[in-house]
Amino acid sequence: MKRVYLDHAAATPVREEVLEAMLPYFRERFGNPSAVYDLGADIKEVIEAARAKVAGFIGAPADQVIFTSCGAEANNLAVKGAALAHLKKGRHVIVSAIEHHSVLNSARYLEKFHDFEVTFLPVNKFGQVEPERLARALTPATVLVSIQHASNEIGTIQRLKELTGLCREQGVVFHTDAVATAGQIPVDVKDLGVDLLSLSGPALGAPKGIGALYFRRGVRLVPQIHSGIQENGRRGGTENVPGIVGLGTAAELAGAELAANARRLKDLRNRLVAGVNDRIAGAIFTGHPEERLPGHASFCFEGIEGEALIFLVNARGICANTGSACASKALKVSPTLCAIGLSPEVAQGSMVFTLGGDNDQEDIDYVLAELPLAVEKLRAFSPVWRKKLAAASGG
Amino acid sequence: MYSQTVMEHFNNPRHAGVIDNPDGTGEVGNPTCGDMMTFYIKVKDDRIEDVKFQTFGCVAAIAVSDIVSEMAIGKTLAEAQKITKKVVAEALGGLPPNKMHCSNLGADALALAIQNYQEKTEPPQADQKAKKRINES
Ligand code: FES
Repeated sequence: MKRVYLDHAAATPVREEVLEAMLPYFRERFGNPSAVYDLGADIKEVIEAARAKVAGFIGAPADQVIFTSCGAEANNLAVKGAALAHLKKGRHVIVSAIEHHSVLNSARYLEKFHDFEVTFLPVNKFGQVEPERLARALTPATVLVSIQHASNEIGTIQRLKELTGLCREQGVVFHTDAVATAGQIPVDVKDLGVDLLSLSGPALGAPKGIGALYFRRGVRLVPQIHSGIQENGRRGGTENVPGIVGLGTAAELAGAELAANARRLKDLRNRLVAGVNDRIAGAIFTGHPEERLPGHASFCFEGIEGEALIFLVNARGICANTGSACASKALKVSPTLCAIGLSPEVAQGSMVFTLGGDNDQEDIDYVLAELPLAVEKLRAFSPVWRKKLAAASGG
Repeated sequence: MYSQTVMEHFNNPRHAGVIDNPDGTGEVGNPTCGDMMTFYIKVKDDRIEDVKFQTFGCVAAIAVSDIVSEMAIGKTLAEAQKITKKVVAEALGGLPPNKMHCSNLGADALALAIQNYQEKTEPPQADQKAKKRINES
Protein backbone atom coordinates (compact mmCIF):
# COMPACT_ATOMS: atom_id res chain seq x y z
CA MET A 1 0.00 0.00 0.00
CA LYS A 2 1.07 3.54 -0.69
CA ARG A 3 2.25 5.54 2.30
CA VAL A 4 1.75 9.28 2.35
CA TYR A 5 3.18 11.10 5.32
CA LEU A 6 1.65 14.53 5.89
CA ASP A 7 2.49 15.27 9.50
CA HIS A 8 5.85 16.95 9.16
CA ALA A 9 5.03 19.32 12.00
CA ALA A 10 5.13 16.34 14.35
CA ALA A 11 8.31 14.73 13.03
CA THR A 12 10.37 14.55 9.87
CA PRO A 13 12.68 11.82 8.67
CA VAL A 14 16.28 12.63 9.57
CA ARG A 15 18.02 13.76 6.41
CA GLU A 16 20.71 11.54 4.95
CA GLU A 17 23.33 14.30 5.09
CA VAL A 18 22.41 15.03 8.69
CA LEU A 19 22.72 11.42 9.76
CA GLU A 20 26.10 11.13 7.99
CA ALA A 21 27.38 14.20 9.77
CA MET A 22 26.23 12.86 13.13
CA LEU A 23 27.57 9.32 12.93
CA PRO A 24 31.20 9.93 13.93
CA TYR A 25 30.05 11.48 17.19
CA PHE A 26 28.45 8.33 18.49
CA ARG A 27 31.52 6.07 18.47
CA GLU A 28 34.83 7.49 17.24
CA ARG A 29 34.48 11.01 18.58
CA PHE A 30 32.45 10.25 21.67
CA GLY A 31 34.45 12.36 24.14
CA ASN A 32 32.87 14.66 26.67
CA PRO A 33 33.38 18.24 25.50
CA SER A 34 34.12 19.32 29.06
CA ALA A 35 37.20 17.08 29.23
CA VAL A 36 40.70 18.50 29.08
CA TYR A 37 42.37 15.84 26.89
CA ASP A 38 42.14 15.95 23.10
CA LEU A 39 39.34 13.38 22.65
CA GLY A 40 36.98 15.66 24.55
CA ALA A 41 38.44 19.10 24.09
CA ASP A 42 38.37 18.83 20.29
CA ILE A 43 34.63 18.38 20.46
CA LYS A 44 34.25 21.93 21.73
CA GLU A 45 35.18 23.23 18.31
CA VAL A 46 32.70 20.90 16.70
CA ILE A 47 29.95 22.31 18.89
CA GLU A 48 30.97 25.88 18.12
CA ALA A 49 30.97 25.17 14.39
CA ALA A 50 27.42 23.80 14.66
CA ARG A 51 26.41 26.77 16.76
CA ALA A 52 27.68 29.13 14.07
CA LYS A 53 25.60 27.31 11.46
CA VAL A 54 22.41 27.48 13.52
CA ALA A 55 23.07 31.13 14.32
CA GLY A 56 23.72 31.89 10.65
CA PHE A 57 20.45 30.28 9.72
CA ILE A 58 18.51 32.80 11.84
CA GLY A 59 20.77 35.80 11.29
CA ALA A 60 22.21 35.78 14.80
CA PRO A 61 25.75 36.11 16.14
CA ALA A 62 27.20 32.69 16.89
CA ASP A 63 27.55 33.20 20.63
CA GLN A 64 23.85 33.92 21.08
CA VAL A 65 22.51 30.43 20.53
CA ILE A 66 21.93 27.91 23.33
CA PHE A 67 21.43 24.25 22.52
CA THR A 68 18.56 22.52 24.31
CA SER A 69 17.01 19.07 24.25
CA CYS A 70 14.02 20.11 22.14
CA GLY A 71 11.80 22.99 21.11
CA ALA A 72 9.71 22.58 24.26
CA GLU A 73 12.79 23.01 26.44
CA ALA A 74 13.75 26.11 24.48
CA ASN A 75 10.27 27.50 25.15
CA ASN A 76 10.49 26.61 28.84
CA LEU A 77 13.88 28.27 29.16
CA ALA A 78 12.66 31.36 27.34
CA VAL A 79 9.40 31.85 29.23
CA LYS A 80 10.40 30.74 32.72
CA GLY A 81 14.03 31.75 32.40
CA ALA A 82 13.35 35.30 31.23
CA ALA A 83 10.38 35.88 33.53
CA LEU A 84 12.25 34.73 36.62
CA ALA A 85 15.26 36.84 35.68
CA HIS A 86 13.16 40.01 35.79
CA LEU A 87 11.27 39.57 39.06
CA LYS A 88 12.42 43.00 40.23
CA LYS A 89 10.60 44.67 37.39
CA GLY A 90 7.31 42.85 37.84
CA ARG A 91 5.37 39.65 37.62
CA HIS A 92 3.24 39.89 34.52
CA VAL A 93 3.68 37.87 31.34
CA ILE A 94 1.63 37.88 28.15
CA VAL A 95 1.24 34.88 25.87
CA SER A 96 -1.18 34.33 23.03
CA ALA A 97 -4.05 31.92 23.57
CA ILE A 98 -2.81 29.71 20.74
CA GLU A 99 0.74 28.98 21.90
CA HIS A 100 2.23 25.51 22.08
CA HIS A 101 1.61 23.69 25.36
CA SER A 102 5.23 24.26 26.34
CA VAL A 103 4.59 28.02 26.36
CA LEU A 104 1.06 27.91 27.79
CA ASN A 105 2.02 25.57 30.60
CA SER A 106 5.25 27.43 31.39
CA ALA A 107 3.11 30.53 31.83
CA ARG A 108 0.69 28.61 34.04
CA TYR A 109 3.62 27.40 36.10
CA LEU A 110 4.69 31.00 36.69
CA GLU A 111 1.13 31.83 37.68
CA LYS A 112 0.84 28.94 40.08
CA PHE A 113 4.24 28.83 41.74
CA HIS A 114 5.63 32.36 41.38
CA ASP A 115 2.57 34.57 41.73
CA PHE A 116 2.73 35.85 38.20
CA GLU A 117 -0.24 37.31 36.48
CA VAL A 118 -0.66 35.85 33.02
CA THR A 119 -2.59 37.39 30.15
CA PHE A 120 -3.70 34.92 27.51
CA LEU A 121 -4.17 37.16 24.49
CA PRO A 122 -7.09 36.35 22.21
CA VAL A 123 -6.58 36.11 18.46
CA ASN A 124 -8.80 37.07 15.52
CA LYS A 125 -10.58 34.50 13.39
CA PHE A 126 -7.42 33.91 11.35
CA GLY A 127 -5.44 33.25 14.49
CA GLN A 128 -3.49 36.51 14.51
CA VAL A 129 -2.79 38.66 17.55
CA GLU A 130 -3.88 42.21 16.85
CA PRO A 131 -1.31 44.84 17.87
CA GLU A 132 -3.91 47.01 19.64
CA ARG A 133 -4.76 44.10 21.91
CA LEU A 134 -1.14 43.59 22.83
CA ALA A 135 -0.70 47.32 23.40
CA ARG A 136 -3.64 47.32 25.80
CA ALA A 137 -2.38 44.27 27.67
CA LEU A 138 1.11 45.67 28.36
CA THR A 139 1.56 47.08 31.87
CA PRO A 140 4.56 48.50 33.73
CA ALA A 141 4.85 45.09 35.42
CA THR A 142 5.04 43.16 32.14
CA VAL A 143 8.38 41.41 31.86
CA LEU A 144 7.82 39.05 28.95
CA VAL A 145 5.66 38.59 25.88
CA SER A 146 5.65 35.24 24.09
CA ILE A 147 3.91 34.99 20.74
CA GLN A 148 4.60 32.26 18.23
CA HIS A 149 5.92 32.95 14.74
CA ALA A 150 3.36 30.63 13.19
CA SER A 151 0.87 28.01 14.27
CA ASN A 152 1.45 24.35 13.53
CA GLU A 153 -2.27 23.77 13.91
CA ILE A 154 -3.78 26.36 11.61
CA GLY A 155 -0.71 27.49 9.66
CA THR A 156 -1.21 31.19 10.32
CA ILE A 157 1.89 33.39 10.42
CA GLN A 158 1.83 36.22 12.95
CA ARG A 159 2.65 39.80 11.95
CA LEU A 160 5.47 39.72 14.44
CA LYS A 161 7.22 42.94 13.49
CA GLU A 162 4.20 45.00 14.53
CA LEU A 163 4.19 43.22 17.87
CA THR A 164 7.89 43.22 18.63
CA GLY A 165 8.05 46.96 17.90
CA LEU A 166 5.57 47.65 20.69
CA CYS A 167 7.56 45.64 23.20
CA ARG A 168 10.89 47.08 22.18
CA GLU A 169 9.55 50.59 22.85
CA GLN A 170 8.63 49.61 26.37
CA GLY A 171 11.65 47.48 27.12
CA VAL A 172 9.67 44.25 27.40
CA VAL A 173 11.45 41.03 26.43
CA PHE A 174 9.82 39.38 23.39
CA HIS A 175 10.04 35.65 22.79
CA THR A 176 8.81 33.80 19.73
CA ASP A 177 8.41 30.10 19.15
CA ALA A 178 9.69 29.63 15.59
CA VAL A 179 9.49 25.85 15.55
CA ALA A 180 6.78 25.93 12.88
CA THR A 181 8.40 28.51 10.61
CA ALA A 182 12.08 27.50 10.57
CA GLY A 183 12.82 25.95 7.20
CA GLN A 184 9.45 27.05 5.80
CA ILE A 185 9.84 30.84 5.61
CA PRO A 186 12.78 33.16 6.36
CA VAL A 187 13.45 33.49 10.08
CA ASP A 188 15.76 36.40 10.89
CA VAL A 189 15.98 37.51 14.50
CA LYS A 190 17.01 41.07 13.66
CA ASP A 191 14.38 41.52 11.02
CA LEU A 192 11.69 40.17 13.35
CA GLY A 193 12.99 42.21 16.26
CA VAL A 194 12.76 39.39 18.77
CA ASP A 195 14.86 38.93 21.92
CA LEU A 196 14.38 35.18 22.23
CA LEU A 197 13.53 32.61 19.57
CA SER A 198 13.01 28.84 19.85
CA LEU A 199 13.96 26.22 17.27
CA SER A 200 13.46 22.48 17.12
CA GLY A 201 15.58 19.87 15.35
CA PRO A 202 12.93 17.46 14.09
CA ALA A 203 11.15 20.25 12.22
CA LEU A 204 14.30 20.70 10.13
CA GLY A 205 15.36 17.17 9.34
CA ALA A 206 17.50 16.77 12.46
CA PRO A 207 16.61 14.05 14.97
CA LYS A 208 14.32 14.32 17.99
CA GLY A 209 16.14 15.36 21.13
CA ILE A 210 17.72 18.58 19.93
CA GLY A 211 16.54 22.17 19.88
CA ALA A 212 17.96 25.63 20.33
CA LEU A 213 17.17 29.01 21.82
CA TYR A 214 18.43 32.31 20.44
CA PHE A 215 18.91 35.10 22.99
CA ARG A 216 19.76 38.68 22.17
CA ARG A 217 22.89 39.86 23.92
CA GLY A 218 22.00 41.33 27.28
CA VAL A 219 18.76 39.40 27.76
CA ARG A 220 19.00 37.70 31.12
CA LEU A 221 17.87 34.11 31.64
CA VAL A 222 17.68 31.98 34.75
CA PRO A 223 18.81 28.48 33.74
CA GLN A 224 16.16 25.81 33.96
CA ILE A 225 18.59 22.91 34.00
CA HIS A 226 21.13 23.40 36.75
CA SER A 227 24.47 21.69 36.40
CA GLY A 228 27.92 22.74 35.28
CA ILE A 229 28.70 25.74 33.13
CA GLN A 230 27.89 24.18 29.79
CA GLU A 231 26.36 26.63 27.31
CA ASN A 232 28.04 29.46 29.25
CA GLY A 233 26.06 28.62 32.34
CA ARG A 234 22.72 29.05 30.64
CA ARG A 235 21.91 25.38 30.28
CA GLY A 236 23.60 22.69 32.34
CA GLY A 237 24.11 19.07 31.34
CA THR A 238 26.51 17.32 29.01
CA GLU A 239 25.95 18.45 25.46
CA ASN A 240 24.10 16.18 23.03
CA VAL A 241 26.99 16.31 20.58
CA PRO A 242 25.53 14.18 17.76
CA GLY A 243 22.26 16.10 18.02
CA ILE A 244 24.05 19.44 17.97
CA VAL A 245 26.06 18.43 14.90
CA GLY A 246 22.84 17.22 13.29
CA LEU A 247 21.01 20.45 13.98
CA GLY A 248 23.92 22.48 12.61
CA THR A 249 23.93 20.50 9.39
CA ALA A 250 20.14 20.56 9.09
CA ALA A 251 20.02 24.33 9.63
CA GLU A 252 22.68 24.91 7.00
CA LEU A 253 20.82 22.78 4.45
CA ALA A 254 17.43 24.30 5.31
CA GLY A 255 18.85 27.79 4.86
CA ALA A 256 20.32 26.99 1.46
CA GLU A 257 17.13 25.34 0.20
CA LEU A 258 14.62 27.67 1.81
CA ALA A 259 13.26 29.55 -1.19
CA ALA A 260 13.00 26.54 -3.51
CA ASN A 261 11.50 24.40 -0.76
CA ALA A 262 8.87 26.99 0.09
CA ARG A 263 7.84 27.38 -3.55
CA ARG A 264 7.49 23.65 -4.00
CA LEU A 265 5.53 23.15 -0.79
CA LYS A 266 3.22 26.01 -1.60
CA ASP A 267 2.35 24.55 -5.01
CA LEU A 268 1.55 21.19 -3.44
CA ARG A 269 -0.42 22.83 -0.65
CA ASN A 270 -2.50 24.85 -3.11
CA ARG A 271 -3.26 21.73 -5.06
CA LEU A 272 -4.43 20.00 -1.89
CA VAL A 273 -6.60 22.91 -0.75
CA ALA A 274 -8.20 23.40 -4.16
CA GLY A 275 -8.86 19.67 -4.47
CA VAL A 276 -10.46 19.40 -1.03
CA ASN A 277 -12.68 22.42 -1.63
CA ASP A 278 -13.69 20.93 -4.95
CA ARG A 279 -14.50 17.47 -3.73
CA ILE A 280 -15.73 17.81 -0.16
CA ALA A 281 -18.77 19.83 0.87
CA GLY A 282 -18.79 21.31 4.35
CA ALA A 283 -15.01 21.70 4.49
CA ILE A 284 -14.12 24.74 6.58
CA PHE A 285 -10.62 26.02 5.90
CA THR A 286 -8.88 27.10 9.11
CA GLY A 287 -6.24 29.79 9.55
CA HIS A 288 -5.22 32.64 7.30
CA PRO A 289 -5.70 31.98 3.57
CA GLU A 290 -2.51 33.79 2.47
CA GLU A 291 -0.40 34.59 5.50
CA ARG A 292 0.30 30.98 6.27
CA LEU A 293 3.06 28.38 6.20
CA PRO A 294 3.70 27.24 2.63
CA GLY A 295 3.38 23.55 3.47
CA HIS A 296 0.34 23.82 5.71
CA ALA A 297 -3.31 23.02 5.00
CA SER A 298 -5.94 22.66 7.70
CA PHE A 299 -9.68 22.08 7.65
CA CYS A 300 -12.66 21.16 9.75
CA PHE A 301 -15.01 18.72 8.06
CA GLU A 302 -18.50 19.30 9.35
CA GLY A 303 -20.45 16.44 10.86
CA ILE A 304 -17.54 14.13 11.64
CA GLU A 305 -14.93 13.61 14.31
CA GLY A 306 -11.22 13.89 13.60
CA GLU A 307 -9.84 10.83 15.35
CA ALA A 308 -12.17 8.55 13.43
CA LEU A 309 -11.18 10.30 10.20
CA ILE A 310 -7.46 9.96 10.92
CA PHE A 311 -7.86 6.22 11.58
CA LEU A 312 -9.84 5.72 8.38
CA VAL A 313 -7.33 7.46 6.14
CA ASN A 314 -4.50 5.80 8.03
CA ALA A 315 -5.94 2.44 6.99
CA ARG A 316 -5.23 3.71 3.44
CA GLY A 317 -1.64 4.64 4.28
CA ILE A 318 -2.14 8.34 4.96
CA CYS A 319 -0.69 9.99 8.08
CA ALA A 320 -2.14 13.34 9.15
CA ASN A 321 -3.12 15.07 12.37
CA THR A 322 -6.23 16.42 14.10
CA GLY A 323 -7.04 18.88 16.88
CA SER A 324 -10.20 16.96 17.85
CA ALA A 325 -10.94 16.57 21.55
CA CYS A 326 -11.39 12.81 21.19
CA ALA A 327 -7.86 12.49 19.81
CA SER A 328 -6.23 14.43 22.63
CA LYS A 329 -5.09 12.70 25.79
CA ALA A 330 -7.00 15.16 27.94
CA LEU A 331 -10.11 14.87 25.72
CA LYS A 332 -10.11 18.64 25.35
CA VAL A 333 -10.62 20.43 22.12
CA SER A 334 -7.54 22.25 20.87
CA PRO A 335 -7.25 25.72 22.46
CA THR A 336 -6.23 27.09 19.06
CA LEU A 337 -9.42 25.96 17.36
CA CYS A 338 -11.47 27.44 20.21
CA ALA A 339 -9.53 30.69 20.07
CA ILE A 340 -10.30 31.26 16.40
CA GLY A 341 -13.99 31.01 17.25
CA LEU A 342 -14.96 27.56 15.98
CA SER A 343 -17.78 25.81 17.81
CA PRO A 344 -16.69 22.68 19.68
CA GLU A 345 -18.76 20.61 17.27
CA VAL A 346 -17.04 21.99 14.16
CA ALA A 347 -13.63 21.80 15.82
CA GLN A 348 -14.18 18.06 16.31
CA GLY A 349 -13.83 17.61 12.56
CA SER A 350 -10.32 19.08 12.46
CA MET A 351 -7.72 17.69 10.10
CA VAL A 352 -4.22 19.09 9.67
CA PHE A 353 -1.79 18.40 6.83
CA THR A 354 1.82 19.51 7.10
CA LEU A 355 3.82 18.83 3.96
CA GLY A 356 7.52 18.21 3.71
CA GLY A 357 10.43 17.57 1.41
CA ASP A 358 9.48 13.95 0.75
CA ASN A 359 6.01 14.77 -0.63
CA ASP A 360 5.16 15.04 -4.30
CA GLN A 361 2.16 15.66 -6.50
CA GLU A 362 1.28 11.99 -6.59
CA ASP A 363 0.93 12.02 -2.80
CA ILE A 364 -1.50 14.90 -2.95
CA ASP A 365 -3.57 13.27 -5.67
CA TYR A 366 -3.72 10.08 -3.65
CA VAL A 367 -5.04 12.00 -0.65
CA LEU A 368 -7.56 13.75 -2.87
CA ALA A 369 -8.81 10.37 -4.05
CA GLU A 370 -9.01 8.77 -0.59
CA LEU A 371 -10.08 11.58 1.71
CA PRO A 372 -13.53 12.25 0.21
CA LEU A 373 -14.37 8.55 0.60
CA ALA A 374 -13.41 8.57 4.25
CA VAL A 375 -15.37 11.73 4.96
CA GLU A 376 -18.37 10.32 3.18
CA LYS A 377 -18.18 7.04 5.04
CA LEU A 378 -18.30 8.77 8.43
CA ARG A 379 -20.96 11.24 7.39
CA ALA A 380 -23.20 8.40 6.24
CA PHE A 381 -23.91 7.57 9.88
CA SER A 382 -23.38 10.94 11.51
CA PRO A 383 -26.43 12.30 13.35
CA VAL A 384 -24.92 15.79 13.13
CA TRP A 385 -24.50 15.65 9.37
CA ARG A 386 -27.98 14.21 8.99
CA LYS A 387 -29.45 17.11 10.91
CA LYS A 388 -27.47 19.57 8.86
CA LEU A 389 -28.72 18.07 5.60
CA ALA A 390 -32.28 18.06 6.89
CA ALA A 391 -31.98 21.70 7.89
CA ALA A 392 -30.51 22.59 4.52
CA SER A 393 -33.36 20.94 2.64
CA GLY A 394 -35.84 22.71 4.90
CA GLY A 395 -37.09 19.49 6.43
CA MET B 1 -3.95 1.82 20.77
CA TYR B 2 -7.19 -0.03 19.93
CA SER B 3 -7.87 -3.77 20.00
CA GLN B 4 -8.45 -5.67 16.79
CA THR B 5 -12.13 -6.09 17.67
CA VAL B 6 -12.52 -2.33 18.05
CA MET B 7 -10.89 -1.76 14.68
CA GLU B 8 -13.08 -4.36 13.00
CA HIS B 9 -16.28 -2.79 14.27
CA PHE B 10 -14.99 0.67 13.43
CA ASN B 11 -13.93 -0.21 9.91
CA ASN B 12 -17.04 -2.24 9.07
CA PRO B 13 -19.91 -1.17 11.25
CA ARG B 14 -22.80 -3.47 10.35
CA HIS B 15 -25.53 -1.63 12.17
CA ALA B 16 -24.86 1.95 11.18
CA GLY B 17 -27.88 3.69 9.78
CA VAL B 18 -31.40 4.81 10.52
CA ILE B 19 -34.66 2.89 11.02
CA ASP B 20 -37.64 4.59 9.48
CA ASN B 21 -40.59 4.60 11.87
CA PRO B 22 -38.64 3.12 14.77
CA ASP B 23 -40.41 1.84 17.85
CA GLY B 24 -37.98 3.72 20.04
CA THR B 25 -35.14 6.21 19.72
CA GLY B 26 -32.49 7.30 22.22
CA GLU B 27 -30.08 10.16 21.83
CA VAL B 28 -27.15 10.95 24.10
CA GLY B 29 -24.37 13.50 24.04
CA ASN B 30 -20.93 12.78 25.40
CA PRO B 31 -20.39 15.28 28.20
CA THR B 32 -16.63 14.83 28.05
CA CYS B 33 -15.96 15.62 24.44
CA GLY B 34 -19.30 16.77 23.05
CA ASP B 35 -19.97 13.88 20.71
CA MET B 36 -23.33 12.35 19.89
CA MET B 37 -25.01 9.00 19.50
CA THR B 38 -28.54 8.10 18.39
CA PHE B 39 -30.05 4.62 18.62
CA TYR B 40 -33.13 3.39 16.77
CA ILE B 41 -34.87 0.16 17.76
CA LYS B 42 -37.56 -2.08 16.34
CA VAL B 43 -39.39 -4.17 18.96
CA LYS B 44 -41.60 -7.20 18.48
CA ASP B 45 -43.14 -9.28 21.30
CA ASP B 46 -40.90 -7.66 23.88
CA ARG B 47 -37.85 -8.59 21.87
CA ILE B 48 -35.47 -6.24 20.04
CA GLU B 49 -35.79 -7.10 16.41
CA ASP B 50 -33.42 -4.59 14.92
CA VAL B 51 -31.08 -1.81 16.02
CA LYS B 52 -29.43 0.93 14.00
CA PHE B 53 -27.25 3.73 15.24
CA GLN B 54 -25.89 7.08 14.14
CA THR B 55 -22.73 8.28 15.81
CA PHE B 56 -20.69 11.44 15.67
CA GLY B 57 -17.60 10.47 17.59
CA CYS B 58 -14.28 8.75 17.86
CA VAL B 59 -13.17 5.29 16.81
CA ALA B 60 -14.19 3.88 20.20
CA ALA B 61 -17.62 5.51 20.09
CA ILE B 62 -18.34 4.05 16.66
CA ALA B 63 -17.12 0.58 17.63
CA VAL B 64 -19.15 0.75 20.86
CA SER B 65 -22.28 1.72 18.92
CA ASP B 66 -21.87 -1.20 16.58
CA ILE B 67 -21.21 -3.83 19.20
CA VAL B 68 -24.04 -2.61 21.44
CA SER B 69 -26.37 -2.91 18.46
CA GLU B 70 -25.10 -6.39 17.76
CA MET B 71 -25.49 -7.46 21.38
CA ALA B 72 -29.00 -6.03 21.67
CA ILE B 73 -30.52 -7.61 18.58
CA GLY B 74 -32.57 -10.68 19.55
CA LYS B 75 -32.54 -9.89 23.25
CA THR B 76 -35.68 -9.19 25.30
CA LEU B 77 -35.98 -5.65 26.53
CA ALA B 78 -35.08 -6.73 30.05
CA GLU B 79 -31.98 -8.55 28.82
CA ALA B 80 -30.93 -5.63 26.67
CA GLN B 81 -31.19 -3.32 29.62
CA LYS B 82 -28.50 -5.36 31.33
CA ILE B 83 -25.90 -4.37 28.74
CA THR B 84 -23.49 -2.26 30.76
CA LYS B 85 -20.44 -0.27 29.82
CA LYS B 86 -18.30 -2.95 31.41
CA VAL B 87 -19.80 -5.71 29.30
CA VAL B 88 -19.39 -3.56 26.21
CA ALA B 89 -15.75 -2.77 26.91
CA GLU B 90 -15.01 -6.44 27.56
CA ALA B 91 -16.71 -7.56 24.36
CA LEU B 92 -14.49 -5.12 22.48
CA GLY B 93 -11.35 -6.65 23.94
CA GLY B 94 -10.81 -3.63 26.18
CA LEU B 95 -10.70 0.10 25.58
CA PRO B 96 -7.95 2.60 26.40
CA PRO B 97 -8.64 4.09 29.87
CA ASN B 98 -9.45 7.56 28.56
CA LYS B 99 -11.95 6.03 26.14
CA MET B 100 -13.99 4.13 28.68
CA HIS B 101 -16.50 6.96 28.84
CA CYS B 102 -17.37 6.30 25.18
CA SER B 103 -18.64 2.86 26.16
CA ASN B 104 -21.15 4.48 28.55
CA LEU B 105 -22.67 6.27 25.62
CA GLY B 106 -23.67 3.13 23.79
CA ALA B 107 -25.38 1.53 26.77
CA ASP B 108 -27.05 4.83 27.68
CA ALA B 109 -28.37 5.48 24.20
CA LEU B 110 -29.79 1.96 23.94
CA ALA B 111 -31.42 2.27 27.36
CA LEU B 112 -32.98 5.56 26.32
CA ALA B 113 -34.34 4.00 23.15
CA ILE B 114 -35.91 1.21 25.20
CA GLN B 115 -37.33 3.74 27.64
CA ASN B 116 -38.72 5.72 24.75
CA TYR B 117 -40.42 2.58 23.44
CA GLN B 118 -41.84 1.77 26.84
CA GLU B 119 -43.15 5.27 27.34
CA LYS B 120 -45.02 4.93 24.08
CA THR B 121 -46.49 1.52 24.86
CA GLU B 122 -46.66 0.90 28.58
CA PRO B 123 -48.93 2.45 31.20
CA PRO B 124 -47.45 5.39 33.13
CA GLN B 125 -46.46 3.33 36.17
CA ALA B 126 -44.12 1.05 34.28
CA ASP B 127 -42.78 4.16 32.70
CA GLN B 128 -41.71 5.45 36.11
CA LYS B 129 -39.92 2.21 36.82
CA ALA B 130 -38.04 2.33 33.55
CA LYS B 131 -36.93 5.85 34.24
CA LYS B 132 -35.72 4.87 37.65
CA ARG B 133 -33.68 2.05 36.23
CA ILE B 134 -31.96 4.40 33.83
CA ASN B 135 -31.21 6.91 36.53
CA GLU B 136 -29.64 4.23 38.63
CA SER B 137 -27.50 2.75 35.89
S1 FES C 1 -16.51 10.08 21.36
FE1 FES C 1 -15.06 11.57 21.99
S2 FES C 1 -13.58 10.35 22.94
FE2 FES C 1 -14.94 8.87 22.19
